[in-house]
Amino acid sequence: MVSAQTTSTPPPTIAAKDGRALRPDTAPSDAALALRGLTVSYGQKPAVFSVDASFPANAMSAIIGPNGAGKSTLLKAALGVIPRVSGDVHVFGQPLEIARDRIAYVPQRASVDWDFPTTVIDVVQMGLYRKVGLLGRLSGDMAARARDCLARVGMADFAGRQIGQLSGGQQQRVFLARALAQDADLYLLDEPFAGVDAATERAIIDVLKLLKANGKAVVAVHHDLATVRDYFDHVFLINVRRIAEGPVPTTFTTEALQATYGGRLAATHLDELAIAGGA
Amino acid sequence: MQQFLDALLLQAGYNATLVAIGAALLGFAAGASGTFLFLRKRALVSDAVAHATLPGVGIAFIVMVWLGGDGRNLPGLLAGSAVTAWIGLVLIEWITRRTRLAEDAAIGAVLGVFFGLGIVFLTIIQSMSAGRQAGLEGFLLGSTAGMLLEDAVIIAIGGTLAVVATWVMRRPMTLVAFDSDYAAAMGYDVRRIDLWMMGLVLAVTVIGLKLVGLILIVAMLIIPAVTARFWTDRSHRMIWIAGAVGGATGYLGAGLSASAPDLPTGPIIVLVAAAIFVFSLVFAPVRGVLAAVIRRGRFQARVHRRQGLLALAARHPIREPYTLRLLSREGLVRQDGVPTASGRAEAAKVVRDERRWDVAREVHQDAGLAGRYDGLTPIEEVFTADEIAEFDRRLGPPTVVGGA
Repeated sequence: MVSAQTTSTPPPTIAAKDGRALRPDTAPSDAALALRGLTVSYGQKPAVFSVDASFPANAMSAIIGPNGAGKSTLLKAALGVIPRVSGDVHVFGQPLEIARDRIAYVPQRASVDWDFPTTVIDVVQMGLYRKVGLLGRLSGDMAARARDCLARVGMADFAGRQIGQLSGGQQQRVFLARALAQDADLYLLDEPFAGVDAATERAIIDVLKLLKANGKAVVAVHHDLATVRDYFDHVFLINVRRIAEGPVPTTFTTEALQATYGGRLAATHLDELAIAGGA
Repeated sequence: MQQFLDALLLQAGYNATLVAIGAALLGFAAGASGTFLFLRKRALVSDAVAHATLPGVGIAFIVMVWLGGDGRNLPGLLAGSAVTAWIGLVLIEWITRRTRLAEDAAIGAVLGVFFGLGIVFLTIIQSMSAGRQAGLEGFLLGSTAGMLLEDAVIIAIGGTLAVVATWVMRRPMTLVAFDSDYAAAMGYDVRRIDLWMMGLVLAVTVIGLKLVGLILIVAMLIIPAVTARFWTDRSHRMIWIAGAVGGATGYLGAGLSASAPDLPTGPIIVLVAAAIFVFSLVFAPVRGVLAAVIRRGRFQARVHRRQGLLALAARHPIREPYTLRLLSREGLVRQDGVPTASGRAEAAKVVRDERRWDVAREVHQDAGLAGRYDGLTPIEEVFTADEIAEFDRRLGPPTVVGGA
């Protein structure tokens, strides 16, 4: 048997600069999102340094870390929203640029001007812009699809509202509906539960669990340590570098959290978490 | 007055007619393409771009004279202005992206330097033998004196293209203006879309140079968009409303300036635009100042009424004159502050609703509904009749309000 790829460029196995991880030759194709050696910096200071990560398909994953640990930055760099200094990104085994249509992004709510002249249904239809193109008409099937996505997050009655009239939780749901309209396979969410009411949190988690049940992958930047065990299957702990990664039951431990948060995680805080298997 | 009507009816002569049609077309194009400039919050970039046209006009004149042609050839001058305006735009973009300077600093630097350079060229041209009657100063504030059919045709073609391009690109431009991170995540090239948007603005600036001049063109780009924002909550409609406002502005302004000798067209157009803007600012149905004042007054009345009724129920004296006036006007209290029968009934209902809310907070802790309590929202708007009946069952029989 002749191998076609012997001579050209045998990818060397590179030890990561932090010495803790061996970088795989190729991106694992079974992962929904795989990052290798990802470094992102603002000026000369790396916000994310040489991070390897592999978020499984058909699972809900949380990115966890203290403020300024690079959680949102990691997500944005994985999407190409901000430039990478180094590293590569694979989505379902394909390079990012090829697989972009399979990703939907839910940015932080605070990142936009909510006084913008647009209505709830207009925002949801933004998720369809790639599909309809520049001149395609947004009517019939497409409009029905946007309304359906709005109904899935329980916001059907608000279609005609200007977005500034919504509460924070409602705004977050509209953003989720816009991502749903993209009908993607991988959903990346930046702090979807930040500053939302309990009903919205419930509604969002129900939608996400349904996505997972339909074979989609969900990756969310998450800040509430108390709900990690309830909501997520897989966890990625980051503080500029990768600290730990794996299934929640074995990875989300007291030691790992201590390593992630350092002194910033008070002992009382850890007690509240009641982490099984910790210490 | 008669002259103004003549101008509006295109009866004020060939030149005035050309100017009115040209100004209306330019106004429409500027309003439509300025919409996204405003939504992207980059209004002042267009001011720098407009000022950066001046050196191009000067260079084009010199080059055309040097080549033995007529320096005043309009397409040639406009082509030159477009080149330096584009250089100015790219410079602003480059400075903002590659240095730590913010966009406002880049705008200030480019605007000043390019305008200064342009004035130097104009001064040199003044001293050239061919430059005596060049009339290039007209590009500063616009001039309508020598408006030709050719000029109107340039505006018509360029303006139509700008409006069509704005409409075709409305979705990407909306996305970038509203949520550029999301646009980038979807695979749109945000930088290219921004350049496209500014390119449209540049095109409108260039075709409007002769008529309104480079100093005031920014007003034609921005004021119609800002005005349109008062009348709609949807960005795609803003394009047409801003276009209509801009078109009407140009037409009326040109008519006004033709109605009396020595009224400058460009500045009059801008003043007409300002008048429409002020009208919208005051009278727009939801976002206008008047609507806001009325809304606030109604809200205040609701607060005072509710507080007054709660005070009646608790048998506290009402000291605030406004509250007393409000309640007595409704016949709920007498002039001396003593509640009437209907006042006591209303107060009893208010107190009962407060108790219902207390129960709702206990029962509905998790639902976010009880969180809608703000002291004013009627409980019937939040809970169904069945739920309220359930609250009442838990409350037990009604008690006499203020019963001693």
